Amino acid sequence: MALDAATVRKVARLARIHVDEARLEPLAAELSGILTWIEQLNEVDTEGVEPLASTEAVTLPMREDVVTDGGDPAKVLANAPKSDRNFFVAPKVVE
Amino acid sequence: MAGLTDLTLKDALSGLKTRQFSAVEIAQAHLDAIAGARALNAFVLETPEKALQMAEVSDAKLARGEGGPLEGASLGIKDLFCTEGVRSTACSKILGDFKPTYESTVTSNLWRDGAVMLGKLNMDEFAMGSSNETSAFGPVINPWRSRGSNRPLAPGGSSGGSATAVSANLALGATATDTGGSIRQPASLTGTVGIKPTYGRCSRWGVVAFASSLDQAGPIAKTVEDAAILLTSMSGHDPKDSTSLPVGVPDFAGFVGKSVKGLRIGVPKEYRADGMPAEIEALWAEGVAWLKDAGCEIVEVSLPHTKYALPAYYIIAPAEASSNLARYDGMRYGLRVDGANLTEVYEATRAAGFGEEVKRRVLIGAYVLSAGYYDAYYLKALKVRRRIADDFDQAFQKVDALLTPTAPSAAFGLGENAADPVAMYLNDVFTVTVNLAGLPGLSLPAGLDAQGLPLGLQLIGKALDEGTLFQLGSAMEKAANFRARPEPWWRA
Repeated sequence: MALDAATVRKVARLARIHVDEARLEPLAAELSGILTWIEQLNEVDTEGVEPLASTEAVTLPMREDVVTDGGDPAKVLANAPKSDRNFFVAPKVVE
Repeated sequence: MAGLTDLTLKDALSGLKTRQFSAVEIAQAHLDAIAGARALNAFVLETPEKALQMAEVSDAKLARGEGGPLEGASLGIKDLFCTEGVRSTACSKILGDFKPTYESTVTSNLWRDGAVMLGKLNMDEFAMGSSNETSAFGPVINPWRSRGSNRPLAPGGSSGGSATAVSANLALGATATDTGGSIRQPASLTGTVGIKPTYGRCSRWGVVAFASSLDQAGPIAKTVEDAAILLTSMSGHDPKDSTSLPVGVPDFAGFVGKSVKGLRIGVPKEYRADGMPAEIEALWAEGVAWLKDAGCEIVEVSLPHTKYALPAYYIIAPAEASSNLARYDGMRYGLRVDGANLTEVYEATRAAGFGEEVKRRVLIGAYVLSAGYYDAYYLKALKVRRRIADDFDQAFQKVDALLTPTAPSAAFGLGENAADPVAMYLNDVFTVTVNLAGLPGLSLPAGLDAQGLPLGLQLIGKALDEGTLFQLGSAMEKAANFRARPEPWWRA
């Protein structure tokens, strides 16, 4: 399926990646090339086939619902671009 | 002390134990080799002080007759593994100077067993690539060159730094990861051994996530036995990764050298890809003959959905990546580019921090998961994934393991496949099926092509049956008697 520049703009917005206007057309062509190649999947008969999201043969384990880690804000904030006391500093969201 | 870097991991460990040389001497020999090999760009961070400090601790233990199974072994660590207090970037600008405050489980296991860290290894950004060219630190150069040529070749990817470090004797072994072929394809292109174990064998905790249902860690090593020794240490159940399998870890090295007589080996006819070079076809036939001579029974099998594995992968992996990489928002760690409001900060940060291939995959992922396309793309791909796993199930009713080529070509020139994403993706045509089915796959060097470049063969096993792969791999290694080494043109 061919993607147009408007669709790329929309998807880039969904993915929160800024794309320059001049890059929209070339990117649309690149992504269309990949998606067209992917479309050979339509040759496969998947009628009644159960989707396989994970190959794990065993059931996922349960554990006690207790706190096992944490309580170390200095470690959590160690790599923050901006922090203030025990908080991350983010740009204002609500005017 | 150049001789110390020529040792296999196994020989180094036995020499350390008998005090023929010290862990500090081993570490220093490798640090010198690394300093003399910067032209290869295999390391993105050298940690000489840490290496010598860890080696001293190892020497103290060895002097007391103590020490773990890897005591004093100098290793390289792919930059996808978080290492406490040591910059870990996934070779992406978006992680900037990120210094984790924790250690990945796999590297913790290695240090527990006495290994020494030499530094962090180059890779494709977020492990997305097959040539190491998408790294924010620039490409790794393959130690191998075509006969009579100076043209720089790609080492494969995404674990290009790991494969190169081992191939050029800059480390006794290296950690790597494999989502669609990222251990096995670079191993094949550099004349090294690599194994992607069963999904869940190695903990993913502390490994930067790409596509969580496919990502697995494994070693790249000089020999099959070295790979077995490393995998034994790397593996094991980890309560911090809910997909880590709660099963015991066999001593994988115990399978090396065991008779393969009577094992049934499947040869999947669908792996005879159109346009596959005749010498790869010939080498594959040779590999079949080696196993036959060793007493294996050869059975032709069919994996009818093989050709659909790559297109299914290029829906599933980007979909998971677009979700996993949503965490890079510029708020808690890594790069932040300022903007007029929160959305602009996100968009500018991610535009500046992600490279072109990562952006392409995140966009593809966001598209195939978006309303109206989810069923047509994502759900369809998961159904095809089931078909591929069923193909393997049926084949393994009849055989104990499968033998295939690892990659469709030998090492290629830098920039050669860069213009066409799909051409680059096709590098993983023989490896990606294994990730989709969660099975173990081992690549070992089997011969040289007409240009003098290494070519690998791949053994695929049943889930949790890595032991049989080491058994068969060691028999093939013996028959192949692969002794070729790259000329050390890079030495400064």
